Amino acid sequence: MSEVPLSHILFVSTALFFTGMYGLFTRRNLITMLMSIELMLNSVNINFVAFNKYLYPEKLDGIFFTIFIITIAAAEAAVAIAIIINLYRSHHSIDVEDATEMKY
Amino acid sequence: MNYSSYIALIPLLPMAAFVLLGLFGRKYFNKSAGIIGTGLLLISTVLSIYTAYQYFFVDGKVGDTYQTITALKFTWLSFSDTVSIDMGIILDPISVMMLVVVTFVSLMVHIFSLGYMKGEERFATYYAFLGLFTFSMLGLVVSSNLFQIYMFWELVGASSYLLIGYYYQKPSAVAASKKAFIVTRFADLGFLIGILILAFYGESLDFNTIIQNLTAQQSSQFVAITSASFIGVSAITWGLTMVFMGGAGKSAMFPFHIWLPDAMEGPTPVSALIHAATMVVAGVYLVARLFPLFAINETALSIVRIVGVVSALFAAIIACTQTDIKRVLAYSTMSQIGYMMFALGVSGNGGEDGLGYTASMFHLFTHAFFKSLLFLGAGAVIHLVHSNDMKDMGGLRKYMPITHATFLIACLAIAGVPPFAGFFSKEEILLAAYNSSMIVYAIALLTSGLTAFYMFRLYFSIFWNKASSPLERTGGEAHNDHGEGTFSMKLPLIFLAVCTIGVGFIPFGHFVSTDGKVLETPFHLMFSIAPVAIGLAGIGIAMYLFLYENECPEKYSKKLGGFYRAAHRKFYIDEVYLFITKKVVFNLIGRPAVWIDRNIVDGLMNGIAATTAKVSGLIKGIQSGKIQNYTLYFFAGIGSLLIVFIYLWKQ
Repeated sequence: MSEVPLSHILFVSTALFFTGMYGLFTRRNLITMLMSIELMLNSVNINFVAFNKYLYPEKLDGIFFTIFIITIAAAEAAVAIAIIINLYRSHHSIDVEDATEMKY
Repeated sequence: MNYSSYIALIPLLPMAAFVLLGLFGRKYFNKSAGIIGTGLLLISTVLSIYTAYQYFFVDGKVGDTYQTITALKFTWLSFSDTVSIDMGIILDPISVMMLVVVTFVSLMVHIFSLGYMKGEERFATYYAFLGLFTFSMLGLVVSSNLFQIYMFWELVGASSYLLIGYYYQKPSAVAASKKAFIVTRFADLGFLIGILILAFYGESLDFNTIIQNLTAQQSSQFVAITSASFIGVSAITWGLTMVFMGGAGKSAMFPFHIWLPDAMEGPTPVSALIHAATMVVAGVYLVARLFPLFAINETALSIVRIVGVVSALFAAIIACTQTDIKRVLAYSTMSQIGYMMFALGVSGNGGEDGLGYTASMFHLFTHAFFKSLLFLGAGAVIHLVHSNDMKDMGGLRKYMPITHATFLIACLAIAGVPPFAGFFSKEEILLAAYNSSMIVYAIALLTSGLTAFYMFRLYFSIFWNKASSPLERTGGEAHNDHGEGTFSMKLPLIFLAVCTIGVGFIPFGHFVSTDGKVLETPFHLMFSIAPVAIGLAGIGIAMYLFLYENECPEKYSKKLGGFYRAAHRKFYIDEVYLFITKKVVFNLIGRPAVWIDRNIVDGLMNGIAATTAKVSGLIKGIQSGKIQNYTLYFFAGIGSLLIVFIYLWKQ
């Protein structure tokens, strides 16, 4: 069984990253935007793991970073959800277009 | 005897009255304000008379010369080791004399005002202002340096402004106070420049040091100030002329006299104090203070002489045609100050030559008494008649015997009839003029005749002229309920009348002279015939024209025609000023300056503000409040950084 080459994995992660970026730009729903951010974070995780495995298999740095990012992402998701809930309470909507108080 | 123990109290007591009455007067002592002010001033007066006694008779003299004593001195502002501004009190014959004059006349005016200003709503404020004025004037006369005299100079100007505008409900009073302030302020600009020139070259502000530095022929300062010049005139002439300009403004000398007649809008006792006896002679005092400098500079001295002579004659002519009694007195004041000025102008320094200086100070001294007496008498008349105009008066002698008698004494004094005070001082001035220049003497003689004429025109118009008094004619018995005025109004008149008779006999040359030594002023019987004869002639003409009501004054004024009208209109000086300010200064300087201010100065600021607003309007759209725009910028930024660092940033 031949191994999957590194470039394939990078291709997947790049696709994942730009899918997330596209979602972040086009979606107006805050929860969807949060999910898009998670996608981008995960594409980075894939990169870390892939490089670790293919280039420096004797080290664990990339994997540690991945675990860090997953942890931070979980915390960030909690904070973001809290913000979204508060926003919903005050604006009765989670559409980004409706929250424009910080405009000039 | 150490003067410093009490000398500072003389100016500080009126200051205390000002602070006390100014802060709390209207609330707590509106009724007793007069007594408080007068009481404090009484202490000052007693102290200054005591000082004068100490100075003149006990310890002012060392050998046969009066010394200049620095009674008090401290550094007020110290800029560096060599440059500092001091405050001090110096005593020399003229400052001691002025202390007595200022406190005494001020005291008389305070007492007179007790009756005159009774029942005024701002009674306490009035006394507060009087206190401020007295403080400033006393500070002025004892000043030890140019800067201090300048400060007090402005303070008397400010208190004069406040008192002229005392009846601030009257638009004319407000206008007059503004006029007085602006005209004297303009002249004070010259004074300031003069101070700077003298202080720069004299390397000091202190009077004694400046005079020492600039009169010593060999000193480096003297060489510097005489060799430096500006448009062909040496720096010392510029400095002295500029200082004299300030003095001329304060003393209402031609052509800065226009404020004085209008200043008569103030309460009459104020006119007696400020615009007759004390503040207006500040200019004379200033020239006398710096006299050793004027004496070495012929040009500056001749300016003093010419301005003095012109003012004396000019004002005397105008005074003959005015009908407002206070204005007649105002022009008379101006004329008499002109006398003092040219007396200084014809004087030399030291010994017999210094006669003019002594005469000028003597006239200042006697004039203070009889002119304030005239003003207070006029105040009593106005108090009774409720009018300033001569034609509302006449036949008042039966109603106000004391005012009548004292007014007559003052008129005789100013007309130069012996043995009243004015005779002696005017005699000395004429003698000094005679010794110096025939033209000045002739004009002075003519002026003294005119003086006698207009003063007796005034006297006859008020107290004689008409058979019945105005009170009877208008059936105004109601006016007459207060009669001649209260006791407090008569008392100063009597005091001043006594002084007017008495002070002429003081051998003034023994006390005040240019070099501090005794100056004998011999009395020449032959010399005094001409002035007295001319004075009596003036009185005679006035008697002929105004003793009884007749057609003659009308007839003669018609005959004089254009000249009379011009004099009546004060030779159109006011109009000339209006023309210059409105047409010339406003159009050529004011309007361009306003244009520059509006369009260039304001325009620059407005332009900067408008540009900022426009730019911010353009770029504020970036801060849209849309989170996705921000992320777009963020990624665009990262993208461009990547491009720069990966592809463009090559080592």
